[in-house]
Amino acid sequence: MSGLLDGLPPRPDGAVYLDNNATTRVAPEIVEAIQPYLTDVYGNPSSIHRFGAAAGRAVEEARDQVAALLGADPAEIVFTSGGSESDNLAIVGTLRAHPDKRHIVTTAVEHPAVLSLCRELESRQGYAVTYLPVDGEGHLDLDALRDALRPDTAIVSIMTANNETGVLFPVAEIGRIVREAGVVFHTDAVQAVGKLPLDVNELPVDLLSLSGHKLHACKGVGALYVRRGTRLRPLIAGGHQERGRRAGTENVPGIVSLGMACRLAAQEMETEQTQVRALRDRLEEAILAAVPDCRVNGDRERRLPNTTNISFDYIEGEGILLLLDRAGIAASSGSACTSGSLEPSHVLRAMGVPFIAAHGSVRFSLSRYTTPAEIDYTAAVVPRIVERLRAITPFDKEHATF
Amino acid sequence: MWDYTDKVMDHFLNPRNVGFLEDADGVGEVGSMACGDALRLSFRLDAEGRIAEARFQTFGCGSAIASSSVLTEMLIGKTLEEAARITNEDIVRELGGLPRQKMHCSVMGREALEAAIVDYYRRQGKEVPCALLHEDPEICHCYQVSEHTIRDAIARHDLAEVEDVTYHTKAGGGCGQCHDEIRRLLAEYADAKAAHPPVTVDLAADTGFHREVARLLAEEVAPALRADGGDVELVAVHGRRVHVRLTGQCAACPASDATVEGWIQQRLRELLADETIVVVEEKS
Repeated sequence: MSGLLDGLPPRPDGAVYLDNNATTRVAPEIVEAIQPYLTDVYGNPSSIHRFGAAAGRAVEEARDQVAALLGADPAEIVFTSGGSESDNLAIVGTLRAHPDKRHIVTTAVEHPAVLSLCRELESRQGYAVTYLPVDGEGHLDLDALRDALRPDTAIVSIMTANNETGVLFPVAEIGRIVREAGVVFHTDAVQAVGKLPLDVNELPVDLLSLSGHKLHACKGVGALYVRRGTRLRPLIAGGHQERGRRAGTENVPGIVSLGMACRLAAQEMETEQTQVRALRDRLEEAILAAVPDCRVNGDRERRLPNTTNISFDYIEGEGILLLLDRAGIAASSGSACTSGSLEPSHVLRAMGVPFIAAHGSVRFSLSRYTTPAEIDYTAAVVPRIVERLRAITPFDKEHATF
Repeated sequence: MWDYTDKVMDHFLNPRNVGFLEDADGVGEVGSMACGDALRLSFRLDAEGRIAEARFQTFGCGSAIASSSVLTEMLIGKTLEEAARITNEDIVRELGGLPRQKMHCSVMGREALEAAIVDYYRRQGKEVPCALLHEDPEICHCYQVSEHTIRDAIARHDLAEVEDVTYHTKAGGGCGQCHDEIRRLLAEYADAKAAHPPVTVDLAADTGFHREVARLLAEEVAPALRADGGDVELVAVHGRRVHVRLTGQCAACPASDATVEGWIQQRLRELLADETIVVVEEKS
């Protein structure tokens, strides 16, 4: 057999980065804008002198920018170290503020930042947790949510957009149900912020997590939106930063990058909904047309504009990713082998995607920097890679087992 | 991303001997789509009884494909007796190493080889060598892991928890229904360990070590082998290296060396000293 990479089309300059749900490149204008905060403006925002004042002003300006993207009041924004900390602060902070309530509602397809935390609270701290199932399209049954709510439910935590499939949950409707029951509603909007317009004046959410590096800011910075009046206990004890809700000297360059990223996101929202969506659809349709026995995982309508998750039957995702990487294309997979775990993606399994498809799933996630040439190159490479790996596998449509 | 060696990447990107031999003398199929990896191995012998051709088809990750590919290269030119001695460690060594979480890829290669050799003997209507035909019920149905594999991992690595067993063998990593079975095997091992506490010896005094090895071989090891018609005798002790010779049925069994060597070493390590190395002398 010839090499798996023989005969691929010529590749465009540089690598093709289609793993933007994992992390994004820092916007070039942000790289430039944070330079002063890595050099001259090194003061501690809490300090009284001019060094501190300059840093403090930068943090507050960033807070205004983050608040503006969400339609929030700046006082409702708490800076954190990222999405995971925001999720932990939202859930644990709420539980600590309501010690008499011992029940949590979440979904089976949350990000590990929420799911692992809930499992931990369940197994080690005796909380009761309801994990709402999803259907084959990745959607929730809202009646199941209504039924799950109890008098002792402390918090409902349901993501806005799924990181693996891009499927959107109806956060507005969920929020109405949850808040009518008098329960705190948290949404992990890490994948949605910057890709979809989100306005907390219209969305009945109490707490909303976002992460800088998913929208072209730096890693190590994020924020939690805390609706005014929401009771929340801090996780990190220490200084009085962030109005006593999150101690620790501010990550000034990171926070500046997040503020600017939010400002850019507001400007580029239309690009995400038009250009990025069109390129994603172009890639998806080209692959579906060229490759037999493959399918899109999750509802193709109610979905993030940048994400497609495609299962290639009878082959394993890690091999696809390794070959894509060799061809200069970066993507990710829900296969077990890429993570070191034995089970394929919990999201795909919760959707009932069969093993033959779950092991061979690949996620392509675009950004506003993705070009048509990159998409056309990827669309040309993927069918060949799939064909090569299918020539090795013992399974096919007629023989799915030994 | 995994830190694969150049050799793993070479065998993944340029797999050797892909396919299936229609005129195979032996075919081994292990794994399934649900497991996340599967391998069909086929071989054909030449007139002298050496493996002339070997082919593989693999569903799995890069390291599974590389393990299968390198195994076919290792097989060609070997007699079945020589081939049967290839262990998963040999496959890993040939690849220049595998990430720890990927060891099961090499185990799959060894299992397919074993299955293909057993298939050969069955096709020939010959008796399958005892070491290849253990009564071996499947414990974990999600990942098709046998009792033998689990017991072996428990003893080899002195495992105490179900999740340790999962990490080493994949067993129990799926639906979890076999956890009670795994706990039973863990308990049996723990009981056996309690009944035969490790013998403390003065490792500085070589004579004491030698005497203990002789006693343990006679009292603990040989009786188990005799149950299968085999036997073992002590040839020499050099430092912590114990040289033994297999006799009885084991001496006639083409596949016994690697299997029995590993088992004796593991018993002596349990009973005596962790650094014990057992070497089976060539059969006379």
